[in-house]
Amino acid sequence: MELPVLGQDAAATHGGGCSSHSCGTTDDQLGHLPDAIRAKVQDHPCYSEDAHHYFARMHVAVAPACNIQCHYCNRKYDCSNESRPGVVSELLTPEQAVMKTKAVAAAIPQMTVLGIAGPGDPLANPERTFETFRRLSEEAPDIKLCVSTNGLALPESVEELAKHNIDHVTITINCLDPEIGAKIYPWVFWENKRIFGVEGARILIEQQQKGLEMLTARGILVKVNSVMIPGVNDEHLKEVSKVVKAKGAFLHNVMPLIAEAEHGTFYGLMEQPSPTADELMALQEACSGDMNMMRHCRQCRADAVGLLGEDRGAEFTLDKIAEMNIDYEKAMVMRAAVHEGITAELDAKRAEKAAKTADAPKAKKGLRPVLMAIATSGGGVINQHFGHAKEFQIYEASEDGVRFMSHRKTDLYCSGDDTCGDGESVLQKTIKALAGCEVVLCSKIGYEPWGMLEEAGIQPNGEHGMETIEEAMLAVYAEMEAAGKLAPRADSAACAA
Amino acid sequence: MSLVINELCVNCWACEPLCPNDAIIEAKPHFKIIADKCTECLGDYDDAQCASICPIEGAIVDEFDEPLNPPGSLTGIPYELAVQLIEKGRIAEAEAAKRGPREYLD
Ligand code: SF4
Ligand code: SF4
Repeated sequence: MELPVLGQDAAATHGGGCSSHSCGTTDDQLGHLPDAIRAKVQDHPCYSEDAHHYFARMHVAVAPACNIQCHYCNRKYDCSNESRPGVVSELLTPEQAVMKTKAVAAAIPQMTVLGIAGPGDPLANPERTFETFRRLSEEAPDIKLCVSTNGLALPESVEELAKHNIDHVTITINCLDPEIGAKIYPWVFWENKRIFGVEGARILIEQQQKGLEMLTARGILVKVNSVMIPGVNDEHLKEVSKVVKAKGAFLHNVMPLIAEAEHGTFYGLMEQPSPTADELMALQEACSGDMNMMRHCRQCRADAVGLLGEDRGAEFTLDKIAEMNIDYEKAMVMRAAVHEGITAELDAKRAEKAAKTADAPKAKKGLRPVLMAIATSGGGVINQHFGHAKEFQIYEASEDGVRFMSHRKTDLYCSGDDTCGDGESVLQKTIKALAGCEVVLCSKIGYEPWGMLEEAGIQPNGEHGMETIEEAMLAVYAEMEAAGKLAPRADSAACAA
Repeated sequence: MSLVINELCVNCWACEPLCPNDAIIEAKPHFKIIADKCTECLGDYDDAQCASICPIEGAIVDEFDEPLNPPGSLTGIPYELAVQLIEKGRIAEAEAAKRGPREYLD
């Protein structure tokens, strides 16, 4: 079937789509989940690597209050657990949120998931959050609901969450050790008092762990988010990963700290470093040994609308939705048809992939894996000019094929072109963001960046424009092998999955 | 005897449901405490509830205009720097107030 395309030309209509060639070819990230859980999450845009190209999500900002303070957050803005720092969302009443959700669901039938993630802590605003959920589960039963929380008010909310059929809860857990916690959370509001330091962190950690256990005991899916804060909790997160998995969390998503002085956060002002792209990836790799990671997470804003990586929120402002007249019963019929089409396409691709993997395995030559950065605007092909890429997709080529590793934004650590002066050019920042990669594949590249990339030990390559990512990467990998560049390194064990 | 919410308030709603006397109301350009209703929580709680959850240093003050949460006390940001930031915030707020009702900006 012809799929309606969201924002990206050819991303979904392309015969194979992105997922068949490129994403997770050798590593189905949901592969070793129990069937029941996999069935639940495989079509979720935030959890499933291949579904995120097809299904869309939205957030509604109904929950302004918060009950803790994080050092990476400035309460003038939205919560930075779930949103990009420095962003303010339009606050909605539950009534407005329900209207907006229905309007989006009717206009974007691929929208299957509604999340409440802020701008504060959803469970610190139980009335607004639960009123929104209650009405949506009644009026728009074809939308999955999810919620994110810092966990402080989680145990007392589990009963109510279970009532509204919320099947995904995200808890942000940055530590298990209160001493570390005190370096991340200056205070929590608990039993009518503000509690500072280690004691506050201890309460928060206890509540998070208790909430996690209560949810999994009730069969509610739990994802854990962690913010990687170099020198504070980076090593500790490996332990966090093990513990939350043992308690039944199905995904652990490690996100980079984003700290900029202009956001006015403690970490930003104290010049706490953010992880580099390769530090982040190394930790994600170390953690995924025991847990599935959500590598394609984009840290979207609390009122984001659309496919991951895009935001169509501007089409659904309050004045615009007031003019839309939504017949939701009718919309649901249309939505069901669209979902069926997408599911059929996804199933076909998964079957195709399974068949491919079943082919007799070749004898391994012991070659080392190589990271490559891809400039693409979608469709699973190399079709972007190096200088136009706002984001690179990082893949690993190995003897097993290619697999998706992460997205890296070229402007991740900068909030706007004029503010990121300090003598470093955009190009230098981009090259820094590509650290750890040995090859960049793009449709075209200018003379200057070519030279700078080579100097940085990254081989630019513009010869594979319009080829699929997988074909091009395997060709380059074979060339590297022929040139004798792939002899196993001493440290290759650390890179291999 | 009453506490006061000033222009540093970011309208986060955290204080409103906690007040034992329903003294806090949503208002433009920012939340307000109805002076007649506020008891500073005496008899209900050890700590003034609004000031115990408010995340914004300096936003809630007493009758002498002394902030219950002085600069740096909540964020851990060093005092001098926190004072500067609050001053900056005040100027930005005053400018925004001149431009009209507060709006959520992108
Ligand atoms: S001090 Fe207590 S009574 Fe007064 S406004 Fe704050 S919460 Fe209400
Ligand atoms: S808690 Fe503070 S910032 Fe939030 S609404 Fe109340 S006074 Fe304003």
